[in-house]
This record gives sequence, structure tokens and C-alpha cells, in this order.
Amino acid sequence: MSKYVVSSSPHIGNDRTVMTIMLDVLIALLPAVVGSVVFFGFYALFLEVLSVAAAVGAEALYNVITKRDQTIGDCSAVVTGLLLALNLPVSVPFYVPIIGSAFAIIFVKMLFGGIGKNFANPAIAGRIFLLLAWASMMTAYVKPITWTDGDAFVYFRCILKGREGLLDVAALSTATPLASLRTEAAGLDIFNMFFGEIGGSLGETSALLLLLGGVYLIVRRVIDWRVPVTFIGTVAVFALIYGAAKGQALDYILPSIFGGGLFLGAFFMATDYSTSPNTKLGLTVFAFGCGIITSLIRFFGSYPEGVSFAILLMNIVTPYIDKAFVPRPFGYQPKKGAKA
Amino acid sequence: MKSNRLNTLTNGIVKSNPTFRLVLGTCPTLAVTTQALNGLAMGAAVTFVLLCSNVMISLLKKVIPDRVRIPAFVVIIATFVTIVQMVMKKFLPSLYDALGVFLPLIVVNCIILARAEAFASCNPVLDSALDGLGMGFGFTLSLTFIGIVREILGAGSFFGLPIGSLGNISMTIFILPAGGFLVYGTLMALVNYLTALAENRKYAPSSKKKGKKEAKA
Repeated sequence: MSKYVVSSSPHIGNDRTVMTIMLDVLIALLPAVVGSVVFFGFYALFLEVLSVAAAVGAEALYNVITKRDQTIGDCSAVVTGLLLALNLPVSVPFYVPIIGSAFAIIFVKMLFGGIGKNFANPAIAGRIFLLLAWASMMTAYVKPITWTDGDAFVYFRCILKGREGLLDVAALSTATPLASLRTEAAGLDIFNMFFGEIGGSLGETSALLLLLGGVYLIVRRVIDWRVPVTFIGTVAVFALIYGAAKGQALDYILPSIFGGGLFLGAFFMATDYSTSPNTKLGLTVFAFGCGIITSLIRFFGSYPEGVSFAILLMNIVTPYIDKAFVPRPFGYQPKKGAKA
Repeated sequence: MKSNRLNTLTNGIVKSNPTFRLVLGTCPTLAVTTQALNGLAMGAAVTFVLLCSNVMISLLKKVIPDRVRIPAFVVIIATFVTIVQMVMKKFLPSLYDALGVFLPLIVVNCIILARAEAFASCNPVLDSALDGLGMGFGFTLSLTFIGIVREILGAGSFFGLPIGSLGNISMTIFILPAGGFLVYGTLMALVNYLTALAENRKYAPSSKKKGKKEAKA
């Protein structure tokens, strides 16, 4: 009797839940987290843990206060907190990730109804909130700790230092390669930009580690390959055109791709389900828009980096993209004589 | 009759607060409330214009032809705005500079026009004066309130006085327009929630305890 259940669609289910998807994302972010410790020491891990704890805590608290069912079990707050932490420079004080995560979860996610109903990616909105709130803190990038600072012993001692010690060692704040990209592309160290030994926020420096995680997500079919490929491709093509106009057609492409938060944004943030379009064509348009806005801000705007603004703007446009690209139902034929 | 007049006065402060309940005059609300003092000054200027124009329009309501009432209202309002502007420029030049273009823009402030149209043009003089006073007072309170919150969070000071070392970690976003919307929206939600709570309590005294707990949170 119970074998024949009458229910509405969908009829095919699998083990994939919000939690398994979020755990996949966390696995994919693991290389970047390890990288952040290697490049910036254990204070980076401290910031990440703090940020995750604040995000989960904020969601739990909100649910308790508003007497809703507890939703922290789906792990989405963990992902939000971790992504936000990966967007911070290592030089920020401890309260920055706490306030950023709390803002992202409460104002951007929970006030709009929780997971799946947020209008923008909480981590992106949190990052932009922090950028506007503490502009100088959020752009105070420090040099990564390197082997060239001394032998292995010195290196490990540096890694174990807290924020104050870290600021002493790495001391010199440094500009991200993007800051100089607008005027001069030649002379940037592409090798280090790929492996991650450059100034930048915790998780964005190493393109390689982000690529590892991104490929894992694509293979696991957690994210659609169209978004990162189109996003990064658009930025590359724009850099090619910009370079060509300056007479160095090829010099700008690789620094544009590996520099800044492009890989982090393209693989992990633009691919958020609830804030990106539902159709494949829509996703392509979405990612193309992200790429164009990123490039425009980077080359012509007043901020050196535009990935987060680009994703936020396209998040807001997403409902309209969805409206414009409604898929045609299987077998549907437009009525004859009806105006298109 | 007396309680009616009192109602007219308090109407603008809580029940139909122009900023949080009627959502009128949002442009100056968001633009000038970067500091508590600016909010207070803007509110005071609007209150003066609102009071005077309400009285004047109420006096002239029989004289003004219906068809040209809006231009006539605007001329009356503009007269008082000009007075405020001249006085402020002479005696409070720094505030005059801080409020900038939003001072002359009081002419087209929709609170003033709305009260002229909806209240003063069909009510006696005393009631119109009370309405103007109440509405202006409500506007001033709201603007000062928003200004205080934005100034504390954004600049770490209270009416220009620095609070400890809060200025070192103040968040610039609250002085920017984005922070203005953020604070405005949050406070509006809070005020509406508390008002709804108070109204519920009036009808169902048993929910008092529960309401208090939520309000605190």
C-alpha cells in the first residue's frame, strides 16, 4: 500500500540537500583557507573562524528572537562567513569580520526571509558594507610572509605571530597588483600572481588554489561552468581590447585574470543559486554582465577592484534576466498569427 | 473638543509621523541627517515654515480660488522659506552651509504641501496651527533621531561631541547615502513595530509581557 504514494512532482529525488551542497563548497574552499594560513599566518585562520562563528551566531540569534525554526543546520551561514573572511585583508582588527558577518546574515539574508530569498549574495554585500564602512582598513593589504624572509624557522615563527607581530614582520603594506594594472601591465609578476605570493585579501591571492576548488565544484556539478568561464572570459577579452588600445595587446590579459578577487568571485560568489538566474542562457548573460562591470570599474572607475560591485549589481538585475529568458516548455509552439 | 485639539497636535508626532508613518519628505531626511545637529536645524526650519504656512493658508482658504490653489500655496510657502533662509544665513552661517540646497528646497517639501492641501485648506486657523506644530515637531524628532544614530555610528560623536575613542572605529558608511537608507529603513521598521505593539496592547492587555520582551530584543 505504502509503495504507491500519490504526490506532486518532483518525483525523482537524490541525496543532494542544501547541506551537502554547502559542504561541497566548504571542501572547495579548503585549499584557499590553507593558502591563507601559508601566506598570512594563523591570524588569518583566527579571522576566518571568527567570521564563521559570527555568521552562524547571528543566524541562530535571529531565529531565536523572531521565534522561527532554527536554520543554521544547512551550513549556508558557514559558507557566507568563510567567504566574507576570505575577502578581508589580514591586517583588519578582530571586530571587522564579526560586524561584517552579522550585517551580511541579518540585513542581507534573514531580513529578506532567509536562504533562497536574499536579493544579493550576503558575503558580497557584507564585503561592500565593510569596504564603505572602513575603506582604509579594508584596503590595507600587507605583503605575504615569504621564504625569502629567512630560513624555515623564521618563516614558521612569522606564521605563528598574531596580528601585531604580523604587521611588524610583513610590515610594509603593499598595493595589490591591480592598483598598478590600470597604467602599467608589464613587469607584474605573473608567476606569483598565479601561486599567490602577492598582496591581497586572505583568500584571493592564489589563483591556483581557487581554481582547484572551482574545478571540484564544476565536476561535482554544484556550480554551472558557464558562470566562471563567461565571467573570466569576458574580463580577459576586455583586457585584450584595453591592452590593444594601449599597444600591448597581450600584457593585460593574465594580470587581469589572476589579479584581485576575480577567481574567488567567479567561482564562489557569482554562482550563488538564489542570486543568479535560473536558465543557462540567463547565467551566461549574468556572468557576461559581471565581467563587463568588473572591467569597467577596474580600468575606468575610482576603485581598483570591481568584482564585488559587479556581482552585487548583477544580483539586483537577476530577476529581470530571469524574466527576459523564460525557457520554452517542451513541445510548446507559439500560436500562429500571434504577435511575437 | 479639547481632546480633539490635543489629538491634532499629537497626531503628527506619533500616529502619522511624517517621516516614519507617512514617509513624506524623504529627500531632506536622507540628505541632511549625517549629523544630529543638521537634522535638528532642518526640522526646526521646516517646523517654522509649516506653522506659518498652515496659519496663512487657513486664513486665506476662502480667498484663494480652487483652481490656482497649488501655485498660491507654493508662493506662501516660498515666502516663509525665504525668511528662514535669510535669517539662517545671517545668524547661523555654518548651518546654512551645511544644509546647502536643501534649505531652499523646503519650498517643495511634500510634508508642507501635503498639510496645506489636506489640512489647512479645510480647517480653522487654530487647528491648522496645531497641526503644523505637531507635524513639524514629529519631523524634527525623527530627523534628530536618525541624525543621532548616523552620527554615533558614522563619526563616533553625539551632537559634535566625540564619544571616547569611538571615532577611531566609526563606520564611514553611515554618513554615506547607503547608510542613510540603512538607518532610515531600520528605524522605520522599529517605529512601526513598536507602534503596532502599543496598539495591540491597548486592545489586549494580556499580551503586555510578551510584547515587552520582544521590544527589548
